[in-house]
Amino acid sequence: MRTFWFFLCLAGVMLAGCKKDEPKPKFEGPFLPSNFPQPAYDLSQNPVTEAGFALGKKLFYDPLLSRDNSIACADCHISFAAFSHPDHPTSHGIDGLFGRRNALPVQNMLWKTGFFWDGGVPNLDFVPLNAIQSPVEMDELPDQVLAKLQAHPEYPALFRDAFGSEKVTTAAFLQALSQFMAMLVSANSPYDHYVRNEPGGTLPGEALEGLAVFQQKCAGCHATDLFTDQTYRNNGILSDFTFDQGRHEISTLPDDIGKFRVPSLRNVAVTAPYMHNGKFKTLESVLDHYDAGVKDSPTLDPLLRRADGTLGIPLSAQEKSRLLAFLQTLTDEDFIRDTRFAQ
Amino acid sequence: MEKLKLGLLALLVLTTFFTACKDDEDDELSGFADVEIEFDNRAGDASLVFGTEYTNAAGEKLTFSTFNYFVSNFVLVKADGSEYVVPKDSCYFLCKHDDPDSREVVLKNVPAGDYTSLKFMIGVDSAKSVSPASERTGVLDPATGANGMYWSWNAGYIFVKVEGTSPQAPLNPGTGENTFQYHTGLFGGYDSPTLNNLKTVSLATHHGEPAKVRRSGGPHFHLYVDVLEMFTAPTNVSVATNPTSHAGPYSKTVADNYADMITLDHVHNP
Repeated sequence: MRTFWFFLCLAGVMLAGCKKDEPKPKFEGPFLPSNFPQPAYDLSQNPVTEAGFALGKKLFYDPLLSRDNSIACADCHISFAAFSHPDHPTSHGIDGLFGRRNALPVQNMLWKTGFFWDGGVPNLDFVPLNAIQSPVEMDELPDQVLAKLQAHPEYPALFRDAFGSEKVTTAAFLQALSQFMAMLVSANSPYDHYVRNEPGGTLPGEALEGLAVFQQKCAGCHATDLFTDQTYRNNGILSDFTFDQGRHEISTLPDDIGKFRVPSLRNVAVTAPYMHNGKFKTLESVLDHYDAGVKDSPTLDPLLRRADGTLGIPLSAQEKSRLLAFLQTLTDEDFIRDTRFAQ
Repeated sequence: MEKLKLGLLALLVLTTFFTACKDDEDDELSGFADVEIEFDNRAGDASLVFGTEYTNAAGEKLTFSTFNYFVSNFVLVKADGSEYVVPKDSCYFLCKHDDPDSREVVLKNVPAGDYTSLKFMIGVDSAKSVSPASERTGVLDPATGANGMYWSWNAGYIFVKVEGTSPQAPLNPGTGENTFQYHTGLFGGYDSPTLNNLKTVSLATHHGEPAKVRRSGGPHFHLYVDVLEMFTAPTNVSVATNPTSHAGPYSKTVADNYADMITLDHVHNP
């Protein structure tokens, strides 16, 4: 009898063990951190599903999107660099051609009100079309991409799984990519744990001192926990913008010459080089620029003009080292190592 | 009992009478019909024909090869000012000169009434221009329906696209032809302002004579769209000095010119 009960218990434990292993971890949509504002993207019209995210990820890593099937989104947006292009001031696209601007990180896209350095695209859904059609990036026609996907041995079934039809439509194609990009949320840096008062959320003393300097001298533009106020500003990188007029090329307004979107500083330590033209290789050189390298031009941001007529934001050596310590705390290791997002 | 019978009979007669009256009224003032709008492309006094030479206000000889435009947000206005606004899901049309069917716009199920003016927009409004992919179907699909009428880098639609050749235009080394090219868009921006080239057209019927929508049928608006208007008033556009215009500041000059290119020739009532 005791043997019977023993085996019954054993069977029970085994079954329970099996049961515990069986269910796949439930798919969770994008992380919406409590220290972020409301998303700008309307998730209700394109809810992120497991199948839609998987399709979007496959598309993001697929060179089929380019004219000669050679360049994928992920070639210039690399996961370990917060989906930016490390060591490349500007990136090489199709036929080895170089673009004019430094590839931006693909992160926290749900909160952005404008995309690219000039804000030329106002809705996340239409971001990929810009890269696909750019003659120096993928140089492909969107209808050709749809035709290639439709003729592909795997994609029609993946579109059916995600959107209920094997027909590869523009909307489904763009929505899948949006679902992948929607998931790329970076908000688990040491700074986030600190600011959300989470367990272990402490920052080294020098970083805290850096945060105080940051709030005083940098947060005028790198505002909120997105670390950007999402405006367009001329930060004195150049005095002549003939080569690249920035926001002016979108708006046509004279006041916008030389203005570019204030970039987020999240993961800034792993997204070198810096600025729209990739001019600076290190964060030290960025701080030196703001301290003493700002160049004048008619649209230079007023925050970079001092009362005495000199330009820039004065930073002592100590303030710079404190700022560097703080900026390191914006690196989100969970995000850049997340296996859901990497290839 | 007799009284009740009489009463019922009276009720029956009255009901029949009123129902009959209501039928007449229905035909006149209720129900729905389609309104047709024909966009008849012109070059000055002549019909526009691709490959034929015309002269613009600057005296230049122009031969057209592309003339496409978006029209949207149709509104029919009655004499008392009340409006019928065509629903958002069916108010966007892309007219292409080389696709005559695309220039026969049909507004479905317009409520019966006497309308004395027709309003619409040349272009695609800002709300639609920033709307999500799920709302960009048909002629608004950037990869298919709006192919060639969409800018991906300055995301939005090309409202009016005019292309052609002219001996006065500079040589295009790419094609070996003397070409001109005017692609006009820009809806005013989303998170920061941009140039706004949206134009509203308001066309009153002649002499206040209404366009009649009845249950039995709707009117046919015959509109003239004069491509040469893009080259004049308020500012002459010269293919010699400004042979191309895209999303730059000069597009304002082009759009201000074409704002009055569409006129009402006549209305056919049913």
